[in-house]
Amino acid sequence: MSTDDGEVRLPERIRDFELVKSVRTPIRLRYDYRPSAAAASYLWAYSERRIVGHRSPVDGAVFIPPRGVDPRFGVATFEEVELPDTGHIGNFCITHLPIPGREGLEVPYVSAWIHLDGASVGFLGLVRGCHTGEVRIGMRVRAVWKPDDELAATAENIMHWEPTGEPDVPISRSGNQAFQGPSQGMS
Amino acid sequence: MASRLTAVLGIGQTKYESARNDVSIAGLVREAAHRALADADLSWGDVDAVVIGKAPDFFEGVMMPELYLADVLGCVGKPILRVHTAGSVGGSTALVAASLIQAGIHRRVLTVGFEKQSESNATWALSLPQPFSVSVNAGAGGYFSPIIRRYMERSGAPKLIGCMVAYKDRRNALLNPYAHLHQHDLTFDKVVEAPMLWDPIRYSETCPSSDGACALIIGDELAGDTSSTPVAWIHGAAMRSEPNNFPGRDEVNPRASQDCAIDVFRQAGITNPRVEIDAVEIYVPFSWYEPMWLESLGFAERDEGWRMVEDGSTCLDGGDLPVNCSGGVLSSNPIGASGMIRFAEAALQVRGMAGEHQVDGARRALGHAYGGGAQYFAMWVVGSNKP
Amino acid sequence: MTDMTEVQLMVRLLEAARSSIGLEQADIGFTCSGSSDFLAGQAFSFVQTLDAVGAFPPISESHVEMDGAFAFYEAWVKLQIGEIDTALVYSYGKSSPGSIRDVLALQFDPYYVAPLWPPSDAVIALQARQLLEFGIVSLEGLAEIAVRSQRNAVGNPNAVRASSTVTVCDILAEEVVTDPLRPSDLAAEADGGCAVVLATGSRARDLCDRPAWIRGIDHRIDTQALGVRDLSTVPSVVAAAQLAGAMEDRIDLAELHSLSTSQEALLLREIGLGSEIEINPSGGALAGNTLMAAGLMRIAEAADRISKGEADRALAHATSGPCLQQNLICVLEGA
Repeated sequence: MSTDDGEVRLPERIRDFELVKSVRTPIRLRYDYRPSAAAASYLWAYSERRIVGHRSPVDGAVFIPPRGVDPRFGVATFEEVELPDTGHIGNFCITHLPIPGREGLEVPYVSAWIHLDGASVGFLGLVRGCHTGEVRIGMRVRAVWKPDDELAATAENIMHWEPTGEPDVPISRSGNQAFQGPSQGMS
Repeated sequence: MASRLTAVLGIGQTKYESARNDVSIAGLVREAAHRALADADLSWGDVDAVVIGKAPDFFEGVMMPELYLADVLGCVGKPILRVHTAGSVGGSTALVAASLIQAGIHRRVLTVGFEKQSESNATWALSLPQPFSVSVNAGAGGYFSPIIRRYMERSGAPKLIGCMVAYKDRRNALLNPYAHLHQHDLTFDKVVEAPMLWDPIRYSETCPSSDGACALIIGDELAGDTSSTPVAWIHGAAMRSEPNNFPGRDEVNPRASQDCAIDVFRQAGITNPRVEIDAVEIYVPFSWYEPMWLESLGFAERDEGWRMVEDGSTCLDGGDLPVNCSGGVLSSNPIGASGMIRFAEAALQVRGMAGEHQVDGARRALGHAYGGGAQYFAMWVVGSNKP
Repeated sequence: MTDMTEVQLMVRLLEAARSSIGLEQADIGFTCSGSSDFLAGQAFSFVQTLDAVGAFPPISESHVEMDGAFAFYEAWVKLQIGEIDTALVYSYGKSSPGSIRDVLALQFDPYYVAPLWPPSDAVIALQARQLLEFGIVSLEGLAEIAVRSQRNAVGNPNAVRASSTVTVCDILAEEVVTDPLRPSDLAAEADGGCAVVLATGSRARDLCDRPAWIRGIDHRIDTQALGVRDLSTVPSVVAAAQLAGAMEDRIDLAELHSLSTSQEALLLREIGLGSEIEINPSGGALAGNTLMAAGLMRIAEAADRISKGEADRALAHATSGPCLQQNLICVLEGA
């Protein structure tokens, strides 16, 4: 039906047919994930209101969540480190769009890179308990947990993070800049 | 043994739209490929191999689309590869295609980057929660806006630099018939007054979601020499990757970006990019990435990139380093093609075929693409003359 | 099935591949991987796996959403340019979380065929039926292939289906699952991964006593539309084998990425491999099919035997797409 000039010419007998403009095919695929030993340990700790990361065997950097590997070196991590549920905001974003699947979340909301005390990297969490305009890089926060009877083996045990009111961490020592190690990006 | 000389012989693009309801995925890629062949004055039989690239399979729900598209791309009986490197894929796909020529394996290769976002649910695909983790971000903007915040804080740049970039790119798009967004009534005030999406990024400073395909015909020295249309010679080609979210990572200026630029300029024999490069097509999906990448690529000193925006250096009209004259990713974003469009636009500039958005006398241009958590980089330098 | 994440799997394999020849990641000129998001159930799944490589300082690296055999091809091309002399290739697949027979249906044309959800084993059986009707294979012949695979697999620690005592009668006594195929006719799924290091010229000789040299490598693709192809032939594998120079000299062994006994019979016939050649000494993908890595594993198994001096010239095959749609042939030599 196509010719060399790229035009498609239909046969006479179907030229007046209404064009099918789209085909909608629902796709449903099920995946059953089994957590690795590192993930399982980390999730169980959550059910006990504990936050557990991994320490790198190379330079002691602490990863939370524990990836099971130090990505800088491609080396497995094993040593568990318990971390407090306090830290600071390494960076943040005020979002005015809803998250698919979390329609109950009020917009705008603050998602922030939470750098726990003792951790070498951050992870994302929601920040509440203050006006969005008050959120700052370096602001100290603590976790707000679900009630004990609702705890399960999931990071969702921490509903969000709220400011503690303590003095900010200076920006020059906030977030990723806090880590003084071999992997500084700027040479 | 050195790399063989390699040239871009032809370029084909589809008009980028929110939805191409008149073509299937196959029709979309065929359109771009057909145009690239016409531009190169070649036919399907002249192609030795095909390399395609696109964003994750989950977007359109087609697993390994090279299998489905082999027929429409004239590839039955030929080799086909499908590259996938996140957002940089359009660029890395072009580089893999070029490597087939550089290695002397083939003489002419067709490469296509594409995305039919209207037939995909990109937001859903990007929000698939990682097993055992909590989903907190809505979209790529949620990931990049904190990084932009850091840059703004660190550089002390005036707050409206991002808006200036967005305005410039959208005005440039009016000169590019293929661009998705043609905002004839856009004013700078409208850009500034647009609603915030991911503070500090406004709706007006964000890339659209587009359907589209971009195709290149890449050939060897003989093909370049005997071409009836101008060709763009590849002077340098490089890729770099690094992990994301590791201790001490500089997310504003990732080392992989710096290293990739150093490599590509070294290959091209360029020691002063600001002076020796005439046009730049860089991957700017959120406005502030223009000054950030200009610094990372070595066109500006650290914390000074925003000055090039403010003083008009990156404008097509009167700037000494026009950036994204095509309108850039901010004006058209079929994700799988966007990197290749940057590479193609750089080639168009040095072929003198960029029409109304041509930079006068452009002899050397840079094409750039990035992906993932700003961790995958693909770049090429092309020139009007052989290197 | 494994509880390890893809990253944990690959950390060990990458470290083993590099350290076995005394290399660090910083020594590697180019890294390329193959994997599929559809196995992981995650868009951009390969991004996380980069953690296993140790990509800092940043590396020159790329990825194909294809079997690792095609990443191997891309790395080989890069080496041919001559600016680097080592490359690392890896691929992996955990098919256990999802349902592969459903997932693979999505490889088809999304408008006309995928909505019918053709299960992958039924598609393989379609071709098997044609081969039977044309007299190209017999049920006994298929059972013999199944037996050979299981017996060969006994020595392979990576195989998941092995038996030193299984017989043709045992296979024929199995209940047909997808007519005309029995469970032993179809590849057994296995989670896993593979890492291979390539090097050129004198570098290869420095790193390894007996490298498996790539003498020829090529890949081709046929049309996907099953009704358009003659499923009793595989033109792309014939072309790839010819262009790779497979039959220019005597072949000692062949590792074929057949996903069923019927595909294996067809490949032997199309490539022209006779009974004097050792076929799938590892047991082949039939004995353990790690989707997205099984093709690379065929290359690795063949190369391994050459390095050990068990063969001088080997052919490795990788496939992608329904009914052997796309095929890669790699010819390796020890001399």
